[in-house]
Amino acid sequence: MIKPDRFVRQTSLSGFGLEKQAKLADSKVLIVGLGGLGLPVAQYLNAMGVGTLGLVDQDFVELHNLQRQVLYSEDDIGKLKLEVTSQKLKAQNSQTLLKCFDTYLTKDNALEIVKEFDVIVDATDNFAARYVINDACVILNKPFVYGALHAFEGQVSVFNYEDGPTYRCLFPKMPSPEETPNCATNGILGILPGIIGTLQALETVKIITGVGEVLSGKLLVYDGLLQNTRKVNFTVVAENKVITKLQTDYGFDLCESSPSISAKDFLALQQRKKLQVIDVRSIEEFNKDHLSGSVNITIEELKNSLQKINFDNDVYLLCQSGKRSERACAILKSLKPEAIMYSVSGGLNQMASVCP
Amino acid sequence: MTILLFGVTKDIVGSPSLSIPTASVTGRSIPKTVRELRSFLNKSYPELGKLSSLAIAVNNSYAQDDDQINSYDEIALIPPVSGG
Repeated sequence: MIKPDRFVRQTSLSGFGLEKQAKLADSKVLIVGLGGLGLPVAQYLNAMGVGTLGLVDQDFVELHNLQRQVLYSEDDIGKLKLEVTSQKLKAQNSQTLLKCFDTYLTKDNALEIVKEFDVIVDATDNFAARYVINDACVILNKPFVYGALHAFEGQVSVFNYEDGPTYRCLFPKMPSPEETPNCATNGILGILPGIIGTLQALETVKIITGVGEVLSGKLLVYDGLLQNTRKVNFTVVAENKVITKLQTDYGFDLCESSPSISAKDFLALQQRKKLQVIDVRSIEEFNKDHLSGSVNITIEELKNSLQKINFDNDVYLLCQSGKRSERACAILKSLKPEAIMYSVSGGLNQMASVCP
Repeated sequence: MTILLFGVTKDIVGSPSLSIPTASVTGRSIPKTVRELRSFLNKSYPELGKLSSLAIAVNNSYAQDDDQINSYDEIALIPPVSGG
């Protein structure tokens, strides 16, 4: 039973009231990604009384997450984000029904997971996932709340809301891996996901309760350095509203196409035998510090350096945080589908936290 | 003509905005449509031409390639961003 005074600051709010509170309690929201964007969404929706929250993530908490993923503490490093988040949300509001999905959202599971929910929050950090979410939401006719970041900037919009436009109406083609900044250069100021994530939470509440005007057909572009917000209007491109099935391939869909090995297992294996380790970071990063015995082939050079790799033996791909090595794994897999290769999850960062 | 830059376009050009000198200064014609603007930008900054999706907003509305532009319009380049 919900204690009546728990939400009194909302229910006493003119224009919100018990009726809107009941709508929150009845709603089911799926949050894809428990990083910088997903955490403020989860915390606020949980606090405000959304009845069912779905959480999707398979990542572990790492030291370099703490600068922006403020729900996590130093004690949480190495733990599953899903586990830590669900524990903290339970303590924050025991009434919420939490549905945890210990996976990444991929073309193989998206429809199954998305169909259970009323509103989807895209709090992911890669284009493949964003396009999968878009297409799944169009197929199942669900609105999704988009948020994305770059350096000191953020974007927010609500796609596929009623007859409104979709992500593809704005950005029809998915960017290729080559044009995506890699994790070493793609920095984010810690506060930015907090700002953009809370805006996503607000849009979610508006969709559920019907208060205000939903940010549909408008892309909000936020510039943190100048405190400028700009809203760009865009309209439906009819063909994007008609998607009947997911694509068979979302390019570098990291999550399902690149086999990985945990940093812990990798270290254990490495003690037992000599492994072929390819470090795909930049030459500068490699020269600064690298794993003894590893060979440096930057991700940009990979395609043209196949002769440096012995595909008769297993290949272990390594980078700083595990992102570039995943991408490298996807690239190599597309060129050498028969070869056996692994991306080391969490990369050198994770190895450092496993074996300090 | 001033073009505001966002996301990776800011990194490619190396500044938050870009000025295209008017014809009276350079003697060259300035882009009159969004399509001409795209090809002008791609020539000046080949990295921009490699972006799969790049939205161009004219006066805060998503513009089609055939839309006309003039030097009074506020133009912004908005690429998708992926961080989260």
